[in-house]
Amino acid sequence: MSIVIDRRLNDRNKSAVNRERFLRRYKEQIRKSVSDMVSRRSITDMDRGGNVNIPARDISEPTFNHGSGGDREIVLPGNKQFSPGDKLKRPEGGGGGGGNGGGDGQSEDAEDSFTFSLSREEFMSLFFDDLELPHLVRNMIGDVREYKMQRAGFTPSGVPANLSVTRSLRQALARRIALTAPLKQQIKDLEQREVPPDEEIAELRRRIDRVPFLDDLDLRYRHRVKVPLPISRAVMFCLMDVSASMTEDKKDLAKRFYTLLYLFLSRKYEKVDLVFIRHTDNAQEVDENAFFHDRQSGGTVVLSALKLMQEIMTARYPADSWNIYGAQVSDGDAFGADPEKSRSCLVEHLLPSCRYFAYIEVPDDPMRTSPLSYAYQRIDSEKFAMSSVTQRGEVYPVLRELFKREAA
Amino acid sequence: MNASHAQPLSSGAEWTFELIERYDRAIGDIAVNEFKLDCYPNQIEVIASEQMLDAYASVGLPIGYPHWSYGKEFIRNEQMYRKGQRGLAYEIVINSNPCIAYLMEENSLPMQALVIAHACYGHNSFFKGNYLFQQWTNADAIIDYMVFARNYLMKCEDRYGHAAVEEILDSCHALQSHGVDRYRQPMPLSADEERERQREREEYAWKQYDDIWRTLPTRSAGDDARNDSVGQYPPEPQENLLYFIEKHAPKLEPWQRELVRIVRKMAQYFYPQGMTKVMNEGWATFWHYTLLNRLYDKGLVDDGFMLEVLSSHTNVVAQRGFDQRGYGGINPYALGFAMTSDIRRICEDPTPEDREWFPDIAGGDWLKVLDFAMRNYKDESFVGQFLSPRLIRDLHLFAIADHAKDEHLLVDSIHNEQGYRRVRQLLSQQYNRDGMVPDIQVVRYDHRGDRSLTLNHRRHRGRPLSDESGEVLKHLSRLWGFTVRLNTIDAQGKTLEQREVRG
Repeated sequence: MSIVIDRRLNDRNKSAVNRERFLRRYKEQIRKSVSDMVSRRSITDMDRGGNVNIPARDISEPTFNHGSGGDREIVLPGNKQFSPGDKLKRPEGGGGGGGNGGGDGQSEDAEDSFTFSLSREEFMSLFFDDLELPHLVRNMIGDVREYKMQRAGFTPSGVPANLSVTRSLRQALARRIALTAPLKQQIKDLEQREVPPDEEIAELRRRIDRVPFLDDLDLRYRHRVKVPLPISRAVMFCLMDVSASMTEDKKDLAKRFYTLLYLFLSRKYEKVDLVFIRHTDNAQEVDENAFFHDRQSGGTVVLSALKLMQEIMTARYPADSWNIYGAQVSDGDAFGADPEKSRSCLVEHLLPSCRYFAYIEVPDDPMRTSPLSYAYQRIDSEKFAMSSVTQRGEVYPVLRELFKREAA
Repeated sequence: MNASHAQPLSSGAEWTFELIERYDRAIGDIAVNEFKLDCYPNQIEVIASEQMLDAYASVGLPIGYPHWSYGKEFIRNEQMYRKGQRGLAYEIVINSNPCIAYLMEENSLPMQALVIAHACYGHNSFFKGNYLFQQWTNADAIIDYMVFARNYLMKCEDRYGHAAVEEILDSCHALQSHGVDRYRQPMPLSADEERERQREREEYAWKQYDDIWRTLPTRSAGDDARNDSVGQYPPEPQENLLYFIEKHAPKLEPWQRELVRIVRKMAQYFYPQGMTKVMNEGWATFWHYTLLNRLYDKGLVDDGFMLEVLSSHTNVVAQRGFDQRGYGGINPYALGFAMTSDIRRICEDPTPEDREWFPDIAGGDWLKVLDFAMRNYKDESFVGQFLSPRLIRDLHLFAIADHAKDEHLLVDSIHNEQGYRRVRQLLSQQYNRDGMVPDIQVVRYDHRGDRSLTLNHRRHRGRPLSDESGEVLKHLSRLWGFTVRLNTIDAQGKTLEQREVRG
């Protein structure tokens, strides 16, 4: 009469398609949430999923139903003190109070905003969308980690495709020698006698013949192991002008730029150190939070930051054992001899030991060439990239050369 | 047989497939042979919790068509489940033949037995017996229909694009609550019947023929005559908006009509479930309680088993007071179970009060009375008929009147002698569909003019439409393709307000 079926092995992801449709439909809202998340998170922490909030009214499914107002009666359980004719104050805030309305009211409160988690992949994909990253690059830095298959000797078990014939035969030979040698020795001994006992020798020879040419335990397979590819270490210097003219928006843009570079480096290198140097008229090494959020006032001396970077490099990150990357963000304002000095400092002291140095400018007026970019424009090095950026989509092209080169 | 009765079926909390089968046989034996429950055959499927989440999202059907709203539902449930804000239902049961019930892998053996009794014999017999389900759902065909719907929809997506299909579905979903028939449509006449009628009419006209009529002067064609011939269409107001759209929307492509039809069919399939929530759950809860207790009495299960069953049962039927934390309206399980048990009590052990209130059933055969109630009632009439004064007292039910013209809320009636009938009537009204779903009907389709569609919303006791209605109207006009008007009228037929979406 009843059939019992085990469905546990069936596909568990039947709703994936619906989930994906939901995400696609509300891409705009989700993207905004992701963007908020990016600004809240630390650069090193960017690489994971997160919770997204969408205002519930944006995703509501409207139907014809009754609004509040009009006459109705509601039956409720749990009366303790009321008698017929009692008058009660209307509860605050719509709903008409209690009953079915009350029940709905509660759930409406709870659904004021609709929260759900994005997986790491979904999050990264939206983040990359935001930066308009090409797919090739996404794959390059979006993948969890690249592995290399490496030989690691031989094992006694494996798949036939990995069978090492030479090794197996060598093993077999060794075994045959080991197993037959004592017998052969005995035969030799017996043959030494005046009257060799043929019976015994024949028996020994039969035993020798019974030793198999190739046995299961001779088989040897090539062994391969996965090794994570990045094995070297890198340091990334984040330089930023934090004078008053750098607004939150500009900093947010800067953060994306740093994050992108960081993600790229953390794929490529096993260990990536971050050094945050902020500067006004003098430079300081700070932690990430202070870097993005503390406000400073003062003038602008770019050279101070480059000098500090150079000092830190010599002290802690010698170029022969570290891959050094630099990323500088500024609104381009610099005065007097500062731009020229910065340029020469960069070219003479920093670039030779850097693997790459990127400069982005977040100008107030994209049309105007700032003093700093005027100076930097004359740097002729393939390790150097610069661009003026006013929108998120323009961040990636700055690093394009880098990605292209490293991908090749 | 007797020897095995003394021996429990098993001990311990771990379930195996063999044990599930054994329990199912034991429960089925009691349900069918002792209590005469009439069930569809059962198909019990064991699933993992992720699959349960999937099943939630597809509104309880094993197959559904893809739509973002299900994704939203899925995400919401998943989120709540991950955070531990809610547990998963122990089971989902599908009104189909064979009746499919899902058991969750994580349940302990007593829970599996409870779910089998609840779903496979409780809900199952309700699906098979209740008149609304018999009238409006076709248990044999629903799974096949869903397979068709899914495939058809996906084909449409391939052909016309996701966006086009999604648009139609969004609009249909918005009107889903107005896409059900509450009364049977007359069967359309077959061609033969049509011809037969035609012939009869002619014959009648021929028999009535009298040349003298020809001599009468014909009345000049007045307004009435013209109105009659051009006709107001539809001649009667239509409350099934989706049906009307499917049949008459001027601009829909055939495939779009089919999508409207699919959504309408789904809405119709779920209609009885919405109308019998209290009864259905009450019935199933009553039976898992009764069946498992019987199992215990027969010595087939041990004390530990029963304790776990009872603790879970108690959680299910808990009814919190309106002012308690976690109050979420009247719990259909609690009310349904209390009423069903109460009917049994009235039959078996009536008090003088019961004899006065329920002369027909007091002291009767409870099995027959319950069976009759299950077959012939829906929530509204069930509460109206069977809610006893004793239960009103037990639950401390009281009614509050919320009238727009009064500044205060008024306690209308409570659980006392004067209030019983009133509370019962009001609670019954609470399950009346008219109170929940606004009365909106198609009154005019100007098919010879600008093809506009006019709907009337008859205000129910002065209750206005919610603000969302404007959005719904836009959806309606998207399906209709021409101007759509919504008139709100009061009980006297006076127009109070008019909304219009130009197509």
